[in-house]
Amino acid sequence: MSELPLRAQLAAVLGKGAATLSRATGRGDGSVIGGRVALKVEPDLLAKLARGRRLTLVSATNGKTTTTRLIASALRELGDIATNEHGANMPTGHITALANSPEARNGVLEVDEKYLPQVLRQTNPAVVVLMNLSRDQMDRASEINLLAKKWRDALSRSEAHVVANADDPLVAWAGLGARHATWVAAGQRWKEDSWCCPECGGHLKRDPDPHWECPECGLRRPEATWAVDNDNDTVTDSNGQPMRLELGLPGDANRANAAIAMATAAAYGIHPKQSLPRLREIRSVAGRYTSVVTDGVEVRLLLAKNPAGWLESFAVLSRPHVPVLLSVNAQIPDGKDTSWLWDVDYTVLRGRRVFVMGERRTDLALRLETDGVPFEIADTVGDVVTRLKSEQSGITMVDVIANYTAFQQIRTAYGRVQ
Amino acid sequence: MSDSSSALRIVWIYPDLLSTYGDKGNVLVLRRRAELRGIPVEEVHVHSSDPVPAEGDIYLLGGGEDRPQILAAERLRADGGLKRAAERGACVFSVCAGYQIIGETYGDDADNPLPGVGIMDIRSGRGETRGVGEIVADVDPALGVGRITGFENHQGRTAIGASATPLSQVVTGVGNDGRTEGAYQGQILGTYLHGPALPRNPALADLLLRWRVGQIPPLDPSWGERLHEERLAAAL
Repeated sequence: MSELPLRAQLAAVLGKGAATLSRATGRGDGSVIGGRVALKVEPDLLAKLARGRRLTLVSATNGKTTTTRLIASALRELGDIATNEHGANMPTGHITALANSPEARNGVLEVDEKYLPQVLRQTNPAVVVLMNLSRDQMDRASEINLLAKKWRDALSRSEAHVVANADDPLVAWAGLGARHATWVAAGQRWKEDSWCCPECGGHLKRDPDPHWECPECGLRRPEATWAVDNDNDTVTDSNGQPMRLELGLPGDANRANAAIAMATAAAYGIHPKQSLPRLREIRSVAGRYTSVVTDGVEVRLLLAKNPAGWLESFAVLSRPHVPVLLSVNAQIPDGKDTSWLWDVDYTVLRGRRVFVMGERRTDLALRLETDGVPFEIADTVGDVVTRLKSEQSGITMVDVIANYTAFQQIRTAYGRVQ
Repeated sequence: MSDSSSALRIVWIYPDLLSTYGDKGNVLVLRRRAELRGIPVEEVHVHSSDPVPAEGDIYLLGGGEDRPQILAAERLRADGGLKRAAERGACVFSVCAGYQIIGETYGDDADNPLPGVGIMDIRSGRGETRGVGEIVADVDPALGVGRITGFENHQGRTAIGASATPLSQVVTGVGNDGRTEGAYQGQILGTYLHGPALPRNPALADLLLRWRVGQIPPLDPSWGERLHEERLAAAL
């Protein structure tokens, strides 16, 4: 902190004061308000706080919070890490994270997709990590083709080393603007936003998966040096060495996140043999993938905010006899528009007992009816558990998939379990 | 229905370019409401690299971002299949970007007029503000649809020419110009209600089916009608 100019020091102290007040009065965890107060005093604070540190910025539509956590864990090998682990991913949150760890020489910041170009300019990061880009909250977010273009332009004017998913055409095209890149074959389950070439608009040829190329302009998937093999639960590093992952977090999406985290750590000189054991220890991130036990029934919480996220969540559901509860809200952080529910294929839920909940459960009901999936209406997780227990005493587990505010409501009801 | 087949042929145009947010819902609900009445359906998805078949019954066009919208319009004009189908009297249902490009002209991101497919007498450009939010409108009584509800998210404004008719009068929201919403001309219909406009308005889906197959029996009210009522109540 002593390296900071006086004004920036004052701003950081004021910001911390506001954050403490916010926590003490129960308004929040303080990550946003603290940064907001500090920025009023010193608009250039983010750049000043970032100076002299080696930062990694992490951006994507899905998996930002988890990957940030994974990378931060891997980089702890190097000492203290400044990171916004609660997911406050706009500049106010970055300021709070950096101000809270004045001594940390290294930092990992989750960055909202729209803010990446700006934060990139202000913080001059060593590494930028990009995982995926797909439709998300269209009523308040930017068009994703435009967003990819902004990423590409910002990266082309930066010295940052990019670690990116070669299998997502929009992400790859953005990353190809950078001078240095490590490409990871991390996979892409949701393909509906990448049939169109980001360079010329041609219809991409995507065969055999994960290869992709544009027959019209020749844009093609960059050669990856790291690769995930989901079937064998392995990651192969740039030396061609396969390693069993055996993560504590479920699903292919987290294998992809872990591979990208290991490739990022390797860019800092940390060998996968050192980073992987740290990644395996993580079992839950900001309440995601947590189980809470209620009335003897294990309730597993999965957060999914957009079609790509729902597709990944369906892939990690428990065995078919385990009921699933879907909850959707449409508040401002979720996006007010529920049109995206029609982009998800629910037919995989046939044969499973399904409950629908949340402010927009009627949208879900019509959607499931259209896909021929029987369902029941519910008000709370507790009601569902009670109903299930009264009908089948042997019930032991329920999966819950919820979008952002619906997920937070459930977490709050269970005392914000970690 | 089409001459060559006993099934109702639904053609989804360019899901790779014009399927930004929930547009698939229109295909799914049209299909379901036809099948519940015993009408067999054949569904055709046409990628932007493939020719548009002229012998469909209902052509669906979805929304798109600026660049995909321009590409879709260019390709549809070069292909000619949609225009031939429209001249033959086929039904076209288009939303948002799809609505704009079936007109005579539409605006690019700098509001330069670009040529559309030219199957409806409308001209679109860019407005000062973006229309985002719930929209409610009363459809032309001649169509027997009643009140419609949807979500709009567009910068475009549309002027209706003499050969087309406004689809509806705005109750709340922006639509074409703050007064009217959407347009129709023969069996060609366009609206700014983006994404799943037909799921949220079962009566509109049934209008398209009536246009193609004549009288259809009513269905028991279900979740579609319930959602329709709920969203109207929430928006007003």
